[in-house]
Parts: sequence; structure tokens; C-alpha cells
Amino acid sequence: MVEFWHLYSRSRSAVLGLGILLVVVFLAAIANFIYPEDPFRLAGQPISVPGANGFLLGSDTLGRDVASGIAHGAKTSLLIGLVATLAAVFIGIIFGAFAGYYGGRVDDLLMRVTEIFQTIPSFVFAILLVAIMKPSIESIVIAITVVSWPGVARLVRGEFLALKNREFVQACHTLGMSDMRIMMREILPNCLSPIIVIGSLMVATAILIESGLAFLGLGDPNIMSWGFLIGAGRTMLRSAWWVCTFPGIAILVTVLAINLVGEGLNDALNPRLRERN
Amino acid sequence: MSSKLLDITDLAIQLPEGADRQFAVKDVNLELARGETLCVVGESGSGKSLTGRAIMGLLPAPHVRVAKGSIDFDGEDVTKVSYDRLRQIRGSEISMIFQEPMTALNPVMSIGDQIDEIFRFHVDMPGTERAKKAIKLLEDVNLPDPAQIMKAYPHELSGGQRQRAMIAMALALEPKIIIADEPTTALDVTTQAQILKLIRDMQLAKDTGVLFVTHDFGVVADIADRVAVMQEGFVVESGTVKQVLNHPTHPYTQALIAAVPRLKPRESRVRSETQVLAAKDICKTFGGGRGLFGFGKPDRIVKAVQNVTLDLHSGETLGIVGESGSGKSTLARCIIRLIDTDSGEIIIDGTNINSLNRADMRPWRTKIQMVFQDPFASLNPRIKVGDIIAQGPVTQGVSKEDADARARELIAIVGLDERAFERYPHEFSGGQRQRIGIARSLALKPEILIADEPVSALDVSIQAQILELLDEIRGQMNLSMIFITHDLRVAAQVCDRLAVMRYGEIVETGPTADVFADPQHAYTRELLAAVPGQGWEQDIEPTLSATADQTNSAV
Repeated sequence: MVEFWHLYSRSRSAVLGLGILLVVVFLAAIANFIYPEDPFRLAGQPISVPGANGFLLGSDTLGRDVASGIAHGAKTSLLIGLVATLAAVFIGIIFGAFAGYYGGRVDDLLMRVTEIFQTIPSFVFAILLVAIMKPSIESIVIAITVVSWPGVARLVRGEFLALKNREFVQACHTLGMSDMRIMMREILPNCLSPIIVIGSLMVATAILIESGLAFLGLGDPNIMSWGFLIGAGRTMLRSAWWVCTFPGIAILVTVLAINLVGEGLNDALNPRLRERN
Repeated sequence: MSSKLLDITDLAIQLPEGADRQFAVKDVNLELARGETLCVVGESGSGKSLTGRAIMGLLPAPHVRVAKGSIDFDGEDVTKVSYDRLRQIRGSEISMIFQEPMTALNPVMSIGDQIDEIFRFHVDMPGTERAKKAIKLLEDVNLPDPAQIMKAYPHELSGGQRQRAMIAMALALEPKIIIADEPTTALDVTTQAQILKLIRDMQLAKDTGVLFVTHDFGVVADIADRVAVMQEGFVVESGTVKQVLNHPTHPYTQALIAAVPRLKPRESRVRSETQVLAAKDICKTFGGGRGLFGFGKPDRIVKAVQNVTLDLHSGETLGIVGESGSGKSTLARCIIRLIDTDSGEIIIDGTNINSLNRADMRPWRTKIQMVFQDPFASLNPRIKVGDIIAQGPVTQGVSKEDADARARELIAIVGLDERAFERYPHEFSGGQRQRIGIARSLALKPEILIADEPVSALDVSIQAQILELLDEIRGQMNLSMIFITHDLRVAAQVCDRLAVMRYGEIVETGPTADVFADPQHAYTRELLAAVPGQGWEQDIEPTLSATADQTNSAV
């Protein structure tokens, strides 16, 4: 662990990314304490400039507090990003592991299915899914999961293909070990590093998709999110710039931070890059 | 400057901080004369390759660099010359032949273009003349149909042909020095013999100085005029080939030479009557598959194993020898049921295990086990050594406590420290890892052990220790062994009987001594004739064997 931190902290931008991410997580965690009220509540004078009428970051056209929205939105974004990514990684590992390990017909079948999902532009596909299922937090998570697992499946398949012919795997066969055990206990731990890296980058993509959906009005109407705030403020962009700008900056900074963390993990976990300074 | 071409004085090459030693090589003094072959011999990590690279200015700068000393080439110190001058020297005055011709050649350029590049960069010559010269070069290195080879890409040539093309490139501008870094290590023994002869002929014709880096004493004996032995960055001994090989003075050289297996077959032990394994008419063909919808061309069909029949008696070691691609590893994997055969029977204790499905096969796994070639790929890097060894018994239903106890016992048997139990594979050296692999295969108390090139990835001194360990264990546990190797010296030392394979077929079988003394098949004769270092008459002095015993007792 200490050694890992040493490798990770060699990159200053990775440490910076982790710092920002921790701040966002902290903000999400304390949102209910600093803004105990419902973020949809009409808190005061509409279109107050930042700093006026007790609104730190101003208020929107209906008098909702932008700062409160960003704090509560952080919770939504991180939660959706994390849950959707975990689900996508899980599905991707199952598909990739079976395809890579068994090869042949199984591989052909599973990869053709994966390709069907990959042929549809992911954001359009996500819109379609949410529109069909009715916008709710569950349907958004499902939509993001469905559009993001194929990448993981491809990656895991490649790793399994490379590892399944290694001698240590053959040794397990000669010991009479079952396929399931070989896949899960022997091969999978050896491809965790790239999975962690791609997973961390997928969280960022998931946040972007969620914001995009909310911006288009396909977000969960009962849950505050950054995309919703931008969507709500876009008609007033010229007269009330702060309504769109601050949630936009929140998205930008969070996604950037997660990407930096992903890069840092990649550099630290990938032994081929370890020697590079 | 008389005949001295290259004079390396007090060379020290610095390694980056955090490496296992400060200097890759230190206080190295070497010299090379016109028309002379100097062999630099040593085990992995001795700094022999870096020395060769330093002469070409090919050190991985800036982390690894020449810290001290000079490399004097025909009156110029190549460690100090300008980059432009170095570029002129490279290729035209000093050239290099690398170990692996597949990676040393550019895969997307034809051989002709790659040779042409050398002329274009170094001499002013019209294109037609360059092409003529290139064809002449390919003829000189005995490549068949040079015009065709000019147009070929590296992957279209065999390993030996590629290395010939590399040599043609190295010779293109008639350099004064050729640095050959293990040029035959990746090649089969018959190809190796041809390449060595080629280098020798070229050198005589052109009066070139050759610096030949190798780990193989057989090759040294065949090709060297003078020898320098390196150990951990120092030249411990140097002299003429006769002096060093026949009368080594440094204990390290003595130990190394003693560890080289003799090409003298061991005494066959009395063959037991009990047959423990019989394989009948094993066939295995690869390829011929198609995609899901049957599109695309079917794969190329390779007959890896054809109608192989062999039997193994209790307590004996059967060697399967052959060159790369002969199907010996595939055969081993068929016998242990890692690969499904197309047809044939594998009989152990009267049961044909080749017809069993995976679940029925499981109890039979305790009878037959395997030791793998690559000590780095054969252990799961994420699992502790104790658990790796205990895996087998646990899979077979033994309780974790008993399996762990067995693992600890085996760690002691294979000569490792008991703390190895809690460690991960990366903390061990190649030889130690191979011991772990052996312990794993023994955990199920097998009757038959298949060893697939178990020592070919190891240095010669480690190789001797592992062979000795295998021999000990075989005696203790009454193992019958199938020993796969490409190295006839190793085969001579460990095998009671030999089966010679070529193109998936066994061409000859018999007791090792008979096969060596009176080979029946032409291919066997060819293989035996190609083993390097046969002219090197060694007087195995008693002092030498004594030193060998000492070094063998410790890893």
C-alpha cells in the first residue's frame, strides 16, 4: 500500500486530481448538513446575483439556491457515476471473462452481442433507453450501464485471451482445478489493474452522460443534479450567467479530477510505465 | 596502431539509482585485434551485453551511461566522439548482430529495403548499383534465391534466414568490427551450427574483428580465439580459448565450466518391467477452424503430433528431444490432457485416460504432473508461494491444514527457506522459482512427472542445480519422468532413453547411450553433429568436479 502510494504520488497531477475528488466527495457528504432544506425549495428572490440576498452562488429564475443545488447535485452525480460503473464493470467482466476464456463459439456469440451494443452511439442510445423507461434515477443508472459495459467486456476479453495460455494457468489445469475457480481466482486478479483504470475513467463518462440527460430534461424530476441546474438556467444564459456557469464548472472540475486519478492509477498500476519518469 | 582494433580500458558503466548494483560493469579491460574473435562469456546480469552495446554507443541513456574509462577504436575514443561521427561509425565501421532477428528487423520493410538503407545512409551510390551489391551480400551469406529474399518481409523468412539477412546487413559496408550479441541463442542447434560457420567464414574472408557475446561454452569452444569471462560486471578471467576452457584459473570460470553438461550419455539404469504409461497413436492437428458464420478462410492446418507411440517404465527418464516446432511440447500437453488429442490412447494403470471427461479426469491428475519451462510465467504473481504449492491438494479435496503442512514440507525438500511460504513469486530468482514449480508438481505425490524444458530458461550453473534436484527427487519418490529438451547435452545427462522428434513424428527411440553412439536416423546424426563444442576435449579434472559440487549445494 505504501509502495503503491509512492508510485501514485510521483505524478503531481494525479495527486491534485485525487485532492479535488476528495473535496467533491466531502461536499456531497455534508450537503445535507450545510443545506438541510430541499434544493428544489424556492428559497428567496429569483435571479439574485452571487453574493446577494444570502445566495452564495446566486439563485435561478424560480429563486432556488444554486449553491445548494450544486452540493446536492454532487451526491447525485457521484452516486450515479459509481453505481452505473460498478454495474457496467460487473457485466463487462462476466462477458469478457467467458468470451476470452472459452474462445471459439462462446467468444463469437458474446462478442457479436457486444458489437451490437457498440454500433449504436452511446449517448443517443442512453436517451432512447431513458425515454422508453420513463426518467427516474434507476432508469438513468440502467441506461448508463447498458451503454458503457461493452468497453469493459472488450478489455477483459483481451486480458483473458492473453493470460489463459500462460503456464501458471496450464498448471492449474493439470492440478484438476475447475474452470470457474481458474477464471475467478487465478486469472481475474491478474487483470484487475487495467479494470480499475478503465473503471475510474468510466465514472467520469457516466457523470457526463447523466448531466447530458438531465440537461435535456430526461433526469429524475425529483432529484437535484448538475445537468438539471444547467438545463434550468440555459434560457437565461445571458442575463443570469451564474445559473449555468457554476454547475458547469462543477462538472468540468469533477470529470477532470477523475480523469487525472485514472491516469495516475494507470501509471502506478501498469508495470511497463513504472520505469518512466 | 598495429593490429589492435579495439581497446577498452577501465570501462565502467553506471546504472540508475535503485538498481541492484551501482555499476553494470566495472574495471573492464578488453582488446580485439583484426581477424580475431573475442568471446565475452557470462551468465545473465553479468554485464556482457551492455559492454557490447557501449562500444556502439547504444546504452539506454541517460540512466545508463559510461562513467569511466575509454573505448578506443582505431585511435578514436568512441565514448567521446560527436554524435555525427558515432553515426558514421555505426554500421560502416562497427556493426552489430542482435539476438532475436525477428525484432531486430523492421517488420514492415522488405529485406532489400533494409539493406538498401545502410548504403543510402553511408555511401553515395546509384540505386541500381546498391541493389546489385545487396544481392551479392545475400548470396555471400548463402541465402537461396537472393532476388526473392530482397522482396520478402521478415515474417516470410525462417529464423535462420532472418539471422543470415541480419548478418548480410552487418557485413554490408565491410566493417572492421562486428559485435554479435548472442546471435544464435534463439536458433535451433542445426541452424546455430550453420550461422556460426557463416560468421567464421565471413570473418576469415574480410579479416574482421568479432566480439561475440554468449553464455554458451560450447559455442565459445567452437568459435573463439580469445575468451573473457564476466561475473557481475567484472572480467574475472581472460586469455586464449585453450587456456580458459581447459585450464581455468578463476574459481568462477571453473564452476561454470564444470556446470556445462557433458555430451557423454549417462549409464542407463536397469529398466524396470512395470510399464507406468503408454501412449498409442497420438495425433493432434491445429487449425482448420472457421468463424461463427463460417466466413473467411479456414486457418492453416498444422500437424503438430502424428501417430506418436511411446511407453514409460517405472523409475526411468524418457527424453523427448527435437528442435523448435517438432511438436514435443504439444505431445507433452496431450499426454497430460492439457490439449485434447484428435485420436490415440493414453494408458495409465490399464485405464485409457484419453477418453475421460474433465470431471472423471480429476482423480487421475494426482498420478501425472508437469514442470513448466518459463519460471516467470508458470507461477501466478498474485498468489503466495505456500498457496501455490498447496493448491493441488486443496483442489483434490485435502484439508487446508494438511495441504499447508505438505507445502511446508516440499519447500524444504526443494531446498528453499521456510519463509518462502509467505512470500510472492516475484521475490525469487529464476532458479528458485523453478524450485517452487517443482514443489507444486510434487504436492500431489505423482508417479509420473513431465518436465517441459525445465532448465532452458536458466543460467548454466543454476541449470546444473535444478537437474541435480530433479535427479534427487526422482530417486526419493520413485518418479518416472518424461523430460523434454532441445539440448542434447542436458538430455545426455538426465535421460535413460531418448525419443527424437521431427515434424510431429518420432524418428528414433532407444537407450540414450545407443542413440548417441550409433544414431540410426539421418536427422539424429545431424542433430548430434550440430551440438557446439564437441571438439573441445575436456579433461575433467578432479579439482573441477569438487568445485562444482560446492557451488551446486547452494542457490
